[in-house]
Amino acid sequence: MLTKRIIACLDVDNGRVVKGVQFVNLRDAGDPAECAAAHARDGADEIVLLDITATSDNRNTMLDIVSRTARGLFIPFTVGGGIRELADAEAVFQAGADKIAINSAAVKDSTLIGKIAARFGSQAVVVAIDARRVNGGFEVFVAGGRTPTGRDAILWAREAAACGAGEIMLTSMDRDGTKAGFDCELTQQVADAVSIPVIASGGAGSPQHFIEVFQSGRADAALAASIFHFGLENIGQLKCELRAAHVPVRWPC
Amino acid sequence: MTPSKIAIVDYGAGNLNSVKKAFDYLGADVVLTTQPEVVAAADKIVLPGVGHFSALGALDNTGLRDAVLQGARAGKPFLGICLGMQWLFEGSDEAPDCAGAGMFAGRCRQFPASVKSPHVGWNSLTVKENSRLLRNVTPESFVYFTHSFQAPVVDATTAATDYGTQFSAVVEQDNIFGVQFHPEKSWTVGLLILKNFCEADS
Repeated sequence: MLTKRIIACLDVDNGRVVKGVQFVNLRDAGDPAECAAAHARDGADEIVLLDITATSDNRNTMLDIVSRTARGLFIPFTVGGGIRELADAEAVFQAGADKIAINSAAVKDSTLIGKIAARFGSQAVVVAIDARRVNGGFEVFVAGGRTPTGRDAILWAREAAACGAGEIMLTSMDRDGTKAGFDCELTQQVADAVSIPVIASGGAGSPQHFIEVFQSGRADAALAASIFHFGLENIGQLKCELRAAHVPVRWPC
Repeated sequence: MTPSKIAIVDYGAGNLNSVKKAFDYLGADVVLTTQPEVVAAADKIVLPGVGHFSALGALDNTGLRDAVLQGARAGKPFLGICLGMQWLFEGSDEAPDCAGAGMFAGRCRQFPASVKSPHVGWNSLTVKENSRLLRNVTPESFVYFTHSFQAPVVDATTAATDYGTQFSAVVEQDNIFGVQFHPEKSWTVGLLILKNFCEADS
């Protein structure tokens, strides 16, 4: 049976894993390669590394981190942040990523999705969408959640899928870092709108939140960062609780 | 004994670094190559591949198809991964004009409409036969899949997986091996399967 994936996300700033509450109060959580390996041993089904500084001057540092992290990691590894064109994606794949995540650049030019997919396959292209509740709907925000686009998140997800995206990584800006639970309504609307997998992100705080987003949110995967880094939740323990709630997970892991 | 040389065939379909990296980790003597001569000189052949079945057409245009088929017919251990496994069948509805190797009967088809496609994530292996490739692999182990088309269950199927239908996850016949999933991304189970391939005799 196809299982629901638990994805550990490493937010990396200047070479270190950090995690803030709604992008402020960054705390140091360690070396990316060590964190990724620890999560894999702990039962993570996948690792996502997001470069949250993503300034052009640190690209080489970032590629070095991707390369070091990928070396001993034999589970799927996605890298996002600062990928603006095909050449950026090529460099990240060359460094050892299995998939890339694109966000603002795809909103700016949706043909980038198809260009990367044509070269590396759709399975390697994750379109990340940051959405916030606005006037009864869900609006897409870019530039790390700072800039509203006026676009509807559900329609954008559908368009991204049609352009060749292999997965949607959907972050609720309202819930990100709050530990108040995933936005199941947002997740379910996107999951029902596309046939590609949807990764729910933003708000994970307890095993119950994962159960909810898999069952009522219809997510294919759920991503969390801070609760794993600071030992608030062990992935193996989380999977035990998911199994008890009849959510299929990779086990033993 | 000289360690066997493994050639990973690079025909321009996606990113093959992960496959090479996993063999490197196992200490295998492995080379990524676009050259038919290098494939011909190798002791073992790996045909990876992700993306569209039509990408396999590049094998025909480059002389790689003949090099791979000759090696396989000569009894060299051959491992097809994902698209490389689908190639062992007659063809795929994904690219009707592109011929597979036809070693196994049947064509690759889409998943039934009752399930989402692509099939992405960790799914379990229902082991059907004794398999050299699956030696010491626990039945119902989970491995990582990402694909939109699936190959039928045939006599050579040694493990199947369920997703809307039952399809071939592992095929094995003499020196020919194929896996639909990505062993290089399937953690310890995947590394064990690659190790078994490294240890397979001609």
